[in-house]
Amino acid sequence: MKRALGLYAACVYAFLHVPLAVLAVFSFNSSRFTRWEGFSLNWYRAAAANPQLAEAAWNSLVIGFVSTVISTSVGTLAAYGLWKRRSRFLAGSLYLTLLTPEIVTGVSLLVFFQWLFRVPGLQLGMHTVVAAHVTFSIAFVAVVVLARLRTLDATLEEAAMDLGAPPWQGFFRVTVPLIRPAIVAAALLAFTVSFDDYVITSMVAGVDSETLPMVIYAIARRGANPELNAVSTIVVTALGALVLLSERLRQA
Amino acid sequence: MRFERLCRWPALAVLAVLFVAPMGIIAAYSLLTRGAYGGVELPWTLDNYIRLCDPLYGAILLRSLWIAAVSTALCLILGYPLAFFISRSGRRKHFYLFLVILPFWSSFLIRTYAWMFLLRDTGLFNTVLLALGWIREPLPLLYNDAAVILGLVYGFLPFMVLPLFATLERMDRTLLEAAADLGARPLESFRRITLPLSFPGIRAGAILVFIPCLGAYLTPDLLGGGKSVMVANLVQTQFTAARDWPFGAAVSLTLMAIVMLLLFGAAKKSSEDLL
Repeated sequence: MKRALGLYAACVYAFLHVPLAVLAVFSFNSSRFTRWEGFSLNWYRAAAANPQLAEAAWNSLVIGFVSTVISTSVGTLAAYGLWKRRSRFLAGSLYLTLLTPEIVTGVSLLVFFQWLFRVPGLQLGMHTVVAAHVTFSIAFVAVVVLARLRTLDATLEEAAMDLGAPPWQGFFRVTVPLIRPAIVAAALLAFTVSFDDYVITSMVAGVDSETLPMVIYAIARRGANPELNAVSTIVVTALGALVLLSERLRQA
Repeated sequence: MRFERLCRWPALAVLAVLFVAPMGIIAAYSLLTRGAYGGVELPWTLDNYIRLCDPLYGAILLRSLWIAAVSTALCLILGYPLAFFISRSGRRKHFYLFLVILPFWSSFLIRTYAWMFLLRDTGLFNTVLLALGWIREPLPLLYNDAAVILGLVYGFLPFMVLPLFATLERMDRTLLEAAADLGARPLESFRRITLPLSFPGIRAGAILVFIPCLGAYLTPDLLGGGKSVMVANLVQTQFTAARDWPFGAAVSLTLMAIVMLLLFGAAKKSSEDLL
């Protein structure tokens, strides 16, 4: 019985991990076809030499960085506010942003920006992508930070206040240092979801703000391509490392 | 003002401007008439919602519900034993759980692309089967409902495993010992104790999988290849190629209404909150 369960679990793990592993293996294939013909780094060279990929990757990094800084600050403050006093409204809205279908978030933001941009001189671009990413990352940050706050001893901050520290000092000088690992973990996850997003981004991106997932999507749409296998392997490995780091920090 | 109340304001402001206001505009647009060059015009109308009952669009909605339901059921079948296994694996529990969480965070787009790579006519499965001589022509594995369901199960399985693991982990094991002392065989104590006690986890997992499956855009787009259209693709088409914003807005709101109904239904049954 126990062995059968272990075998079943192994099969489900294989289902979860083998597809990406196969993709990674074939990214080192010297042939363009799905037949192994020998090890090569050709597709990595080709990907590195592709200016469109490089530009999109740079855009994604910039957008990811800016939106992470904003959503981590806003999300951490929100988590702190929720920890001090429950708010069904704020918690419910954050929860809803997590579960709203991406396409609905995407088109609603598109319509909103179009409505706003009747004012001449405004248009879609990096800033609209950042705004969209901040909107959906705040909830991820709040969930991670709040989980950590719940394990925290609230009396530490009270002690600071008894000694005369104003509440904001209690927050910045006692609570924040104590939950710093969770904040960093949350920031890494916020960066991951930002770097990853295609559906919402594609609706609100302008001509100058094409992100890496948008380029990946366009290539995938035209059919599989070994260069894409190489890019995918790099992205998945890099994001995997971030998630691993984030997980470590959360457990610290 | 108190500092702790001030802390909520940035998040409330962002959500009000970038989440609530856009939804409000969508709601208003869904009641307007399609403009001559895209956009919207007066008069106010309910036509966009009435159009949803058109067999063509109604069928897409029903198909989406059906595909989401099948994917959820498959996630339960794959996820329950896995969650059970993890909850019973002692010190390696965290590692096993991490192996489930990892794909959840890694790129959804790339994970979907990986299946395109495996399933297409010149993909790995067909290449291997052809080389073995088991088939003469590539099997049409991609661009059908089965491929979409496969992609959805692959994508959202972690959402099923996590809540199931949480309930199974919290379960009072002494109940099983008591059952065993009273002569119950393992299978019977599973059926009469473990399974009923894990219903909250099953419900949470089912909702967490069903909602993203119902609203999935990328999976039907890439693995269904336009032949297996779901609600999200219908929304996207209305806002791009068809340029019928009011109808797209009505479909979006309908989708949102289904999601909210499911969530409220679930929230009533469980007292636990994520936030």
